[in-house]
Amino acid sequence: MMKFRFRRQGADPQREKLKQELFAFHKTVEHGFPNQPSALAFDPELRIMALGTRSGAVKIYGAPGVEFTGLHRDTATVTQMHFLPGQGRLLTLLDDSSLHLWEIVHHNGCAHLEEALSFQPPSRLGFDGVSAPSSLSRVTVVLLVAAGNTAALGTEGGSIFFLDVTMLTLLEGQTLSPDEVLRSVPDDYRCGKALGPVESLQGHPRDPAKILIGYSRGLLVIWNRAAQCVDHVFLGNQQLESLCWGRDGSTIVSSHSDGSYAVWSLDTSSSLTPQPTMATTPYGPFPCKAINKILWRNCESGSHFIIFSGGMPRASYGDRHCVSVLRAETLVTLDFTSRIIDFFTVHSTRPEDSFDDPQALAVLLEEELVVLDLQAPGWPAVPAPYLAPLHSSAITCSAHVANVPAKLWARIVSAGEQQSPQPASGASNWPITGGRNLAQEPSQRGLLLTGHEDGTVRFWDASGVALRPLYKLSTAGLFQTECEHADSLAQAAEDDWPPFRKVGCFDPYSDDPRLGVQKVALCKYTAQMVVAGTAGQVLVLELSDVPAEKAVSVASMDLLQDREGFTWKGHERLSPRTGPLPWPAGFQPRVLVQCLPPAAVTAVTLQAEWSLVAFGTSHGFGLFDYQRKAPVLARCTLHPNDSLAMEGPLSRVKSLKKSLRQSFRRIRKSRVSGKKRVANANSKLQEANAQLAEQACPHDVETTPVQRRIEPRSADDSLSGVVRCLCFADTFLRDAAHHGPTMWAGTNSGSVFAYALEVPAATSGGEKRPERAVEAVLGKEVQLMHRAPVVAIAVLDGRGRPLPEPYEASRDLAQAPDMQGGHAVLIASEEQFKVFTLPKVSAKTKFKLTAHEGCRVRKVALATFASVACEDYAETCLACLTNLGDVHVFSVPGLRPQVHYSCIRKEDISGIASCVFTRHGQGFYLISPSEFERFSLSARNITEPLCSLDIAWPRDGSQASQRLQESPKLSQANGTPSIMLAPQSHDGSPNPAHCKGADTPEPPEATLSPMSIDSATSADTTLDTTGDVTVEDVKDFLGSSEESERNLRNLAEDEARAHAILIK
Amino acid sequence: MNRGHRHGAGSGCLGTMEVKSKFGAEFRRFSLERSKPGKFEEFYGLLQHVHKIPNVDVLVGYADIHGDLLPINNDDNYHKAVSTANPLLRIFIQKKEEADYSAFGTDTLTKKKNVLTNVLRPDNHRKKPHIVISMPQDFRPVSSIIDVDILPETHRRVRLYKYGTEKPLGFYIRDGSSVRVTPHGLEKVPGIFISRLVPGGLAQSTGLLAVNDEVLEVNGIEVSGKSLDQVTDMMIANSRNLIITVRPANQRNNVVRNSRASGSSGQSTDNSLPGHPQPAEPSFEPEDEDSEEEDLIIEGDGAPRQIPRAAPPAESLESLAQVELSFESGHNGFLPSREASSAPVASGTNAELETRAPGHKLLEEDGTIITL
Repeated sequence: MMKFRFRRQGADPQREKLKQELFAFHKTVEHGFPNQPSALAFDPELRIMALGTRSGAVKIYGAPGVEFTGLHRDTATVTQMHFLPGQGRLLTLLDDSSLHLWEIVHHNGCAHLEEALSFQPPSRLGFDGVSAPSSLSRVTVVLLVAAGNTAALGTEGGSIFFLDVTMLTLLEGQTLSPDEVLRSVPDDYRCGKALGPVESLQGHPRDPAKILIGYSRGLLVIWNRAAQCVDHVFLGNQQLESLCWGRDGSTIVSSHSDGSYAVWSLDTSSSLTPQPTMATTPYGPFPCKAINKILWRNCESGSHFIIFSGGMPRASYGDRHCVSVLRAETLVTLDFTSRIIDFFTVHSTRPEDSFDDPQALAVLLEEELVVLDLQAPGWPAVPAPYLAPLHSSAITCSAHVANVPAKLWARIVSAGEQQSPQPASGASNWPITGGRNLAQEPSQRGLLLTGHEDGTVRFWDASGVALRPLYKLSTAGLFQTECEHADSLAQAAEDDWPPFRKVGCFDPYSDDPRLGVQKVALCKYTAQMVVAGTAGQVLVLELSDVPAEKAVSVASMDLLQDREGFTWKGHERLSPRTGPLPWPAGFQPRVLVQCLPPAAVTAVTLQAEWSLVAFGTSHGFGLFDYQRKAPVLARCTLHPNDSLAMEGPLSRVKSLKKSLRQSFRRIRKSRVSGKKRVANANSKLQEANAQLAEQACPHDVETTPVQRRIEPRSADDSLSGVVRCLCFADTFLRDAAHHGPTMWAGTNSGSVFAYALEVPAATSGGEKRPERAVEAVLGKEVQLMHRAPVVAIAVLDGRGRPLPEPYEASRDLAQAPDMQGGHAVLIASEEQFKVFTLPKVSAKTKFKLTAHEGCRVRKVALATFASVACEDYAETCLACLTNLGDVHVFSVPGLRPQVHYSCIRKEDISGIASCVFTRHGQGFYLISPSEFERFSLSARNITEPLCSLDIAWPRDGSQASQRLQESPKLSQANGTPSIMLAPQSHDGSPNPAHCKGADTPEPPEATLSPMSIDSATSADTTLDTTGDVTVEDVKDFLGSSEESERNLRNLAEDEARAHAILIK
Repeated sequence: MNRGHRHGAGSGCLGTMEVKSKFGAEFRRFSLERSKPGKFEEFYGLLQHVHKIPNVDVLVGYADIHGDLLPINNDDNYHKAVSTANPLLRIFIQKKEEADYSAFGTDTLTKKKNVLTNVLRPDNHRKKPHIVISMPQDFRPVSSIIDVDILPETHRRVRLYKYGTEKPLGFYIRDGSSVRVTPHGLEKVPGIFISRLVPGGLAQSTGLLAVNDEVLEVNGIEVSGKSLDQVTDMMIANSRNLIITVRPANQRNNVVRNSRASGSSGQSTDNSLPGHPQPAEPSFEPEDEDSEEEDLIIEGDGAPRQIPRAAPPAESLESLAQVELSFESGHNGFLPSREASSAPVASGTNAELETRAPGHKLLEEDGTIITL
């Protein structure tokens, strides 16, 4: 017995080295649209765009593949961003009035974003003798002047401060107070009122010394910094929202809170202009909302553009989010589905040009970025190559298909092109083209499928850094839904003024929640796919290159199998449209299988070689032959006592109510008992104790007084019948001599059903199998004693490798499975992994994750990890995501823990639920409804931005030494604690840093102790170092701190850890 | 050591032994050859014969040296009764139909028919000679204290057997904080505590766990640094064979290992834990657990079978050294938590400082307040 206790894993240095060559954890790139954007900036010289978010993230985009991400230390909203043109530097203003200077710096030929300086204005200004009203505490606007060396800060108090940008220090003595401005204003305008906050600051387009200042009250002033005097005053009386210069510096356009805008001409004869030359309320005469921002752009071809946001009639369209584009007589009111954050035009900024000639208009909305081509007739939208609005309808499921064959890829791309015909020049029209993508062309095509609430499945090109939409499949057309799209279209048509135009694709409203896609499976060799939804619909589709009109055959399968005494109280099934329906080129439905009762489909799998589809719901599972369009098998998995599952979602609402009521009662009860205690004699003593405890350790107050019941799972837990996973395999189920098709199903209560299938063999020449019925015979039933839900089932061949996908072996795309040696089945439950021999199901290896780590399995996948050191060495391992957000990797079939990393915050339940692993050791999870974080567990297979930017700004050494602090190597934008390593330190191919690390012997404690498996990760560690930080530096840093920590721990823990890795 | 002591005592006495047998109000006296007591069946027949109740089913009990009534129903305990009788073996006979089973609540016969050494908790202060003790085969392991020899005296490792019973495990855990000795002196660290025992549950009926006991390990895995939910999941994952190491809130019942072991009937209530030789190894070996973790395989023909296992179960050996308790907690030496509330904790280093933030009110319904 002793030998078991003291056997430890990971003592083999050879294995440790190999592990370093196989596994490494990086969060590489965020796909999709940043959550809650709050600011926008554009650098016309470098042609790069920056987005700021409410969580303090900064993202810079250029040409497709050029991406930079940064995160402010404080989670504060980025309110404004300004590029220092051509310098690759960005000044950000947060809502705590702090200013931050970011730089794009190059390391080893690769650019990345770093925070260089930050400036926190003193809340109470003691300097300059300036009193309280001109406090710098509330910065309202920022303007970069003098080629970006100086910034003017307009404040709420009306003062304007000047800041040296290179140092981020205030230029004292230059502050312009409103009193100084008021001196140049006629007395009758002043009439004792303050000017209000500075609303707008605009630099003169020709003369860098002149600044146009707009105060909230309406006063516009041109201030000459060189002469320190007021050049010109415009006596506006309408509350000001924004200002814009005409290109030649002779006109100013101002927009106002009443929905009007005014044009002022700069009359050089007088220094005072009392009236605008033109003032208009474009959507009058009824009261209108404010025009928040206005742009004036002139064109060589005559007639200027006026582009403004807001200004809609308050009563009739006050709730619309609109940007109006007006040129001569042409007005288009762009009607967006989400709030407008900001917009800019891409236009000529070269001083020698006398015209703006706007090329494009980019509008940042709360939920998407829309770019319009202003040079093409009709101003069409330009499809964005990145920032894809993943969440145009809420994502309900996702799947990843690796190594997509080129043929299928081309067919999907062409189907997508037919779906949204683009102008020939489509791709080249994207105006934001800064930087160069240095990443190599992806070696293989990866397809990410997302299922959405509205019944669509979207196909994304996930091969590279930019997630690109390829094709959208809609299943809604097959069903009769209650509200039809036609209604809303007709409504829009009846009013032709304002000339609304729907733009953008963000549409969060689903016609019918039953359309929601629950599970998707795609066979990449036959281009067949299955889409399963919320109302028990299972749709088998096939890719077709030509449009077709055909009827879809419908079959329904009763999964209850005459189970008595149950009534379904949930939603109705969706009724399919009858008769031939037109289908565009793309995936066209072949068969619709309707599960009864119509509960949401919880598992689905497709075997194209056998033309079989298996699906499961909370009631049971079914097997359907879609070639013959005939059901093969239906099996009810309900426990006889389980009545809850039968009643559907409605009754669950009731029970939720009940539990809420109970918890309220409990709270009330505890309050009562709390009062009683006060009356108690020794209450004083208790209070004193409590106070003592609080003083001693204030953070203890946070620990919640929750208690957890310790009770084993019982057989009749509700929802025990939910089918969690299904799998097809050609293996040995009945005897060791003959293998054949099998189907496996696992349920929520730890039951596994294995069926031997009788599939008529395909004739040697043809793809299709003869028209004979498929038969299924129950071969084995396994009841896991611990009754935890079965998360995944996979069959391993004689060499311990997972069986290849259908057609993979027969088309020589994968090594043929070893059908000689003994097969095994890997069953992963929420609590443990077990490998059983086949056909005699006896436990071979196992790992009890929950018993050892206290975490539960959420997602598992078998993945191939290739070595960075050796070109053709790879291992198949089991990757697993737990409910604590940790990713573990286990060897297969030994089930020995290899590495584990913390990946997702454990509070981020939707992130954990959305995680999907790829076949090559990468993964995706949602960090917000609109963004996928991509991570990689593989040391070799990494997809990350690698790009460069030509920056004109000469960096001198003194600049670098003045940095306050190096930013931490940035983590993802929404603040998941983790360390993201500098992109240049691991460039895909075997890199020097890694090899070095592999050769250097680790400290002996680290290799001998099982603790070393988490040496590469640590939560919220910030690095306060300067200069380059490489992967190994970070590892060393973490390793050393951990080591010292470990020394403090007592021996008992070490012993306990030994158990943690004990496996049979 | 205890049994050795007894056997030694038995072998020291020679010759015949006097037997005084009581049935109802009648007494019979006879003698037995101490060295050749014979089989239980013979003895049973002899008793029926001397009392003239040939066809009446009876329960046979004897008073041990401490005056406790213990059953005689097989060769083993018969021999033990004979060997420990000094000088008189006092036998009490009851009619089976009159025997009071309900007090024990163990009518549910279990599969365990093997002989178990049932050492019952003595209670000298509360003499209830008329308590009828049930058949040993009516007992099954419910819980045990294990690894007494390798654990610090302030800790207790409790094994709860969930299998074969419909009784819920019946306890709740919560977050809390405790004081530990660290290299930096005393430090307050978060810990997991038992917050509630369900009346009638397994945990409560064993009396080995109490409210405010700090949970230190679950099946050999230390819980420090783990969240409440993690510990909950660990316990549930191990619920069929749960081994919890606790630091009891009430430290007065700790084993004092250096004292002379006093066997089944300790001289003082403080020393109520058994002094039996304990298995030298902790019993939570993974191989060990496997015996309870057999997944059920049903072949296509529908005949269920257990998954074959490689190693034979080691349970019969182990069970000899275990203490089985099926009493309600009121019967044993463990004090209900209320009584502990006013008692200062003996050892300063192990003292617990309970957080009594206003938010903790929920817990105080049945909580113990421990003051420093």
